[in-house]
Amino acid sequence: MTASTPDPALELAGLRKRFGATEIIRGVDLAVRSGERHAVIGPNGAGKSTLFHLISGRYRPSGGAIRLRGKDIAGMAPQLINRRGLSRSFQITNIFPRLSVWENVRCATLWAMGYKYSFWRNIERLADVRQRTEQILTEINLLDRWRTPAGVLTYGEQRALEIGLTIAGNADILLLDEPTAGMSRAETERVVSLIRRVSENRTLLMIEHDMGVVFDLADRISVLVYGEIIASGAPDSIKSNPAVQQAYLGTEAA
Amino acid sequence: MSAAGPGVSAAPLGRGSGFFASYGVWIAAIVVLAALPHLFSSGLALTTLCLMGTAIIFALSYNMLLGQTGLLSFGHAVFFGLGGFLTAHMMNVVESHNAPLPLMVFPLVGGAAGLVFGIIFGAVSTRRAGTAFAMITLGVGELVSSSALILRHFFGGEEGVTTDRTDLIHLFGVTFGPQIQVYYLIAAWCLASTAAMYALTQTPFGRICNAVRDNPERARFIGYNTQAVRFLAFSLSGLFAGVAGGLAAINFEIVNSAQMGAAESGTVILMTYIGGVGDFAGPIIGAILVTYLQTVMSGITDAWQLYFGLLFIGMVMFAPEGIAGLLVKQRLLLRSRRLHRVAPYYALALLPGLVALAGVSLVIEMTNQLTVHAADGPDMTFFHVAFKADAPLPWLIAAILLAGGVWLFLRAARLAGDAYDEAAAAARGATT
Repeated sequence: MTASTPDPALELAGLRKRFGATEIIRGVDLAVRSGERHAVIGPNGAGKSTLFHLISGRYRPSGGAIRLRGKDIAGMAPQLINRRGLSRSFQITNIFPRLSVWENVRCATLWAMGYKYSFWRNIERLADVRQRTEQILTEINLLDRWRTPAGVLTYGEQRALEIGLTIAGNADILLLDEPTAGMSRAETERVVSLIRRVSENRTLLMIEHDMGVVFDLADRISVLVYGEIIASGAPDSIKSNPAVQQAYLGTEAA
Repeated sequence: MSAAGPGVSAAPLGRGSGFFASYGVWIAAIVVLAALPHLFSSGLALTTLCLMGTAIIFALSYNMLLGQTGLLSFGHAVFFGLGGFLTAHMMNVVESHNAPLPLMVFPLVGGAAGLVFGIIFGAVSTRRAGTAFAMITLGVGELVSSSALILRHFFGGEEGVTTDRTDLIHLFGVTFGPQIQVYYLIAAWCLASTAAMYALTQTPFGRICNAVRDNPERARFIGYNTQAVRFLAFSLSGLFAGVAGGLAAINFEIVNSAQMGAAESGTVILMTYIGGVGDFAGPIIGAILVTYLQTVMSGITDAWQLYFGLLFIGMVMFAPEGIAGLLVKQRLLLRSRRLHRVAPYYALALLPGLVALAGVSLVIEMTNQLTVHAADGPDMTFFHVAFKADAPLPWLIAAILLAGGVWLFLRAARLAGDAYDEAAAAARGATT
């Protein structure tokens, strides 16, 4: 395998999604290379979140293929996709509100660590789970809040926990849906450095509105407009692409 | 803590483990269970204690669904009843063949029956969650209780299936003739089942049940098949309900199709809810309280079910977290030594609450006297006071007690709530 044509970790081919008469995703082709940080940008309503729902199994595609390391996963149940090493976060925080921060992260580690539906082992005695949970909580800077019910965390903390749940299962492909949405400058900086760290040696696909974050993090960028990818490439080539400037970045960038 | 990082010391060992995690609780439970029949030795007390033991297992098994996994079932008595029928039939078969199987293992027959039927009905009902699940369990409940009238040979028709617990082989000279011996059998099974169900909450599966309860969608995105989680919880819950049903069959020596009907399914919901679904101990408290009310209140007034319904409505409205939830809330104050500041407010609310209760119960009893007991005439006594139920004065008094009591109670309850919030905020501020 040469550096110029690495095997894609995730590949979308002619992907389509229709809701009734409206086609939201209209034939998306996209290849995310193994180990790269890939950002999907595009105006509101372009179908970015729908695209993530299709890849992660929340929605069933109306047509086309989704290949995870070469295997078609289109239409598979979310848990099966997750078990194949693709984990996602949500734009609207999606955590376990009544469980403590500790239990939230611990639950997210269990399947990947092989404990599955085990009802014969005492969870408090699983040293590896405990260690992993502590490691994740340290990573997302929530260790001192471990006892707190997740539902009463601040917004910023919940967003950090959302990322924690996504990375806890040690998936090698991460999908992050607007990880910095609604965050202050300082919080955004913290999350960016967190994403940079956790996506080390992993493949990252993220939706992001903050162009600073996008150009800071992404190795490659794809631009989604009205359900179609209009451009895909390195940040510099995207910046200078006239179609992108017209469709998305606005006239002031031109 | 071999793999300790710098921040680890902030998180103590045994995290997430509550009250039941310490061995002391279980030793205390053994002592209490052993001592109870000596403290309450009357025949009625012993019968009540036996009922409480089976009710505790039944309610705890129900809370595996409602409290732990977020599944509202309207047909849980099916597993209790089928466990009872299978136990009774198996006892009769073993007796007729003189097989050497002692009585103490028969709750396992009930458990096995509960598990098998849990798997069968669970395969159908747990395909859905929420309202659809609740409706399917209601349907399964109706299906099974109506089949009792069709399969008369198995269910014994109206009179049910009888058995004799003393006809099995006697180990160590224990005949299980006297009720006290049955009590110890139930107590042992109750303790073992409670320990097993508690242990189940402390496993990866137990925690994932909570995760599915909180947010089934997210549970799928961390690798879990939520339908499989519901199915497993349902089957295991059927197992313990079956154990409870088996013990009931041994206790009564008769199993009747009414034991698996909608009323019984309703009772276990009430027990679990009144006790509190959010805490492991909740259903235990609920089972004890409701069984006590059923046996004691039914001796005092024949309108006892009405009081029972009022209690349930009151709990849903004012304390949806149940009795256990109310107690857990006080633990925070107790630890920070602030309970004494709030306690007077509780007393202040309790007094008008009791006055309102007296008003309600006077209305109920007078109505009861004039309708159900119309043939006996209007003469009645209430708290040792004799009067005529058709006279205006008692009704006026009842109205005043009720209206005044409720009004004062609501005001006092608000004061108590404010006092609690203030003390709790101070307690939290002091600990962090």
